[in-house]
Amino acid sequence: MDLYEHQARELFDRYGVLVPEAEVVDTGSAAREAAERLGADRHGVVVKAQVKTGGRGKAGGVKKAADAAAAEITARQILGMDIKGHTVHSVMLAQPVQVEEEFYVSYVLDRAAGGFIAIASAEGGMEIEEVAEARPEAVARIPIDPSTGVTDEKAAEITAAAGLPADVAPVLRKLWSVLESEDALLVEVNPLVRTADGAIVALDGKVTLDDNARFRQARWGDPSSPAESDEHGRLEAEAAAKGLNYVKLEGEVGVIGNGAGLVMSTLDVVDGCGAKPANFLDIGGGASAQVMADGLSVVLSDPDVKSLLVNVFGGITACDAVAEGITQALGQIRLTKPMVVRLDGNNAVRGRTILEENPHPLLEQRTTMDGAAQRAAELATSTATAA
Amino acid sequence: MAIFLSKESKVIVQGMTGAEGMKHTRRMLASGTDIVGGVNPRKAGQEVDVDGRSIPVFGSVQEAREATEADVSVLFVPPAFSKAAVQEAADAGIGLAVVITEGIPVHDAVAFRAYAQERGTRVIGPNCPGLISPGLSNAGIIPSDIAPEPGRIGLVSKSGTLTYQLMYELRDIGFSSCVGIGGDPVIGTTHIDALAAFEADPETDLIVMIGEIGGDAEERAAAFIKENVTKPVIGYVAGFTAPEGKTMGHAGAIVSGSSGTARAKKEALEAAGVRVGTTPTETARLVLDRLT
Repeated sequence: MDLYEHQARELFDRYGVLVPEAEVVDTGSAAREAAERLGADRHGVVVKAQVKTGGRGKAGGVKKAADAAAAEITARQILGMDIKGHTVHSVMLAQPVQVEEEFYVSYVLDRAAGGFIAIASAEGGMEIEEVAEARPEAVARIPIDPSTGVTDEKAAEITAAAGLPADVAPVLRKLWSVLESEDALLVEVNPLVRTADGAIVALDGKVTLDDNARFRQARWGDPSSPAESDEHGRLEAEAAAKGLNYVKLEGEVGVIGNGAGLVMSTLDVVDGCGAKPANFLDIGGGASAQVMADGLSVVLSDPDVKSLLVNVFGGITACDAVAEGITQALGQIRLTKPMVVRLDGNNAVRGRTILEENPHPLLEQRTTMDGAAQRAAELATSTATAA
Repeated sequence: MAIFLSKESKVIVQGMTGAEGMKHTRRMLASGTDIVGGVNPRKAGQEVDVDGRSIPVFGSVQEAREATEADVSVLFVPPAFSKAAVQEAADAGIGLAVVITEGIPVHDAVAFRAYAQERGTRVIGPNCPGLISPGLSNAGIIPSDIAPEPGRIGLVSKSGTLTYQLMYELRDIGFSSCVGIGGDPVIGTTHIDALAAFEADPETDLIVMIGEIGGDAEERAAAFIKENVTKPVIGYVAGFTAPEGKTMGHAGAIVSGSSGTARAKKEALEAAGVRVGTTPTETARLVLDRLT
């Protein structure tokens, strides 16, 4: 789960990392009031779009306003803006900071090493990938031993390797506490700055939390439900409420399968058949009647879906049990779109017989994954033409 | 001979007495695994009857190891307790810890991976189906009846169901070992570890490698294959249609910016001389073409 900049800022503040004074608002008039409280009429204010994507500055999502009245106008311009497909629903107003020097620091997961590394550079403010490409020697990468973490010694090693001033070291230790105590997978500060009065301040931050750690992070509360303002968000929220592993995509073939790898593969095969998948939905190894019914109801409620493809490989749960589940699910919900089922693996023949003995006018079977995807693609494109 | 797991492997199950643990202990026994005990501190000293066989429950991995000389542990322990359980197995000198559990926090996986490595314990997983050496032993949840006869293909995969799919399509040829390494971002055993073991295994003639979006494990495996693997490798990569920034079921399956894409992985593998199928079925056909 990625945090918004303002959420990262609050976390940093809680762990004693200096951050600019700031407030978050979602209307122009609230922006004006917040700007007044932040002293915008004396020294201006920075208005920053809150979206979970990079490149806000280039997209016009970060602007300086000279006073509170200007802040209102700027906030109105930024609110509702689309930045790389993300709609801006809120802006953060922050007190401007007199920057003397800009640095880059982050802790990231290095999958290859199976652990976290510190990345640091005395050249902050730019995209770190660009710095690393142009001048790799300017970027230090230091592995962190998980049993000891970032000690004073390790922090000193990082600052020395990156050519950062020694007073960045205490900030590195605090940011490690954020990573460790908050079960974060990424903590990035870019830029970390030295201000005119000598303080080290985190001017922008990015934090990704580990969804797997939710059970021990009571403070996180419930999973932030996706914005329900659009169809994508509504479907994903509905699926999440049912405990389903669902991702909305752009196509017209609704896909349900068991196992993340098999479902990803199914999407690719549908794509190869000349149609586009409408969603990713992994109902897991169990594939019980209730989960199948829940999955079908979410996918059927997607207006983009023209046909369904149910692709199940019977492993731990054999195909006869999956077929019983499909039959029961079709008793619970109304199938309104053509559906192609492929059952393969353990007890496949018995599973297929069960579906034949409980026929449904909109249900067809195919015995192979490729054949089933081909048929579902045909049904999606032909109904698209008919409509 | 198979890799990592053999006829001689003595297997214990941590979390055996839970629902999943019991179900899969039964299945593992039925597929010929030498299960010598379970571990549960609250049920120490009890015996559990599994289809007519009496399996002792020990209070700790150490006790189980002393009593049975177990060298493999399969873990069905809830996420909150998995770190301690893996560390306990490593402390007891277990050589192979197979972590089936899904949903373990990454910080815990990082910690137990390093801890086990320092103590010479190989970890497979977490969030994996385990591994099977057909006809010899089965440590995890891979259904042994998909491809019951041993053969000469080695398979390594991030995905459980794609493993089953490929095992099914190639069941007439059979496998030396199939290793599900898991779909989490931090795992104990990588594609490269399995590739190296299959390369060294005289009973493996060809290797099937299944990857998916996220990270660069497949790219690193491709570089390894180019330098170190003489046996034919057939590949498959899932997730060409996955959108950027969305986790596709597995915690590690995410395209971040331009990194972790299926296309980059396929290209890296092909550049290393690996034939890569566009579907699981075509991948199986490439294997058959190569072997016949």
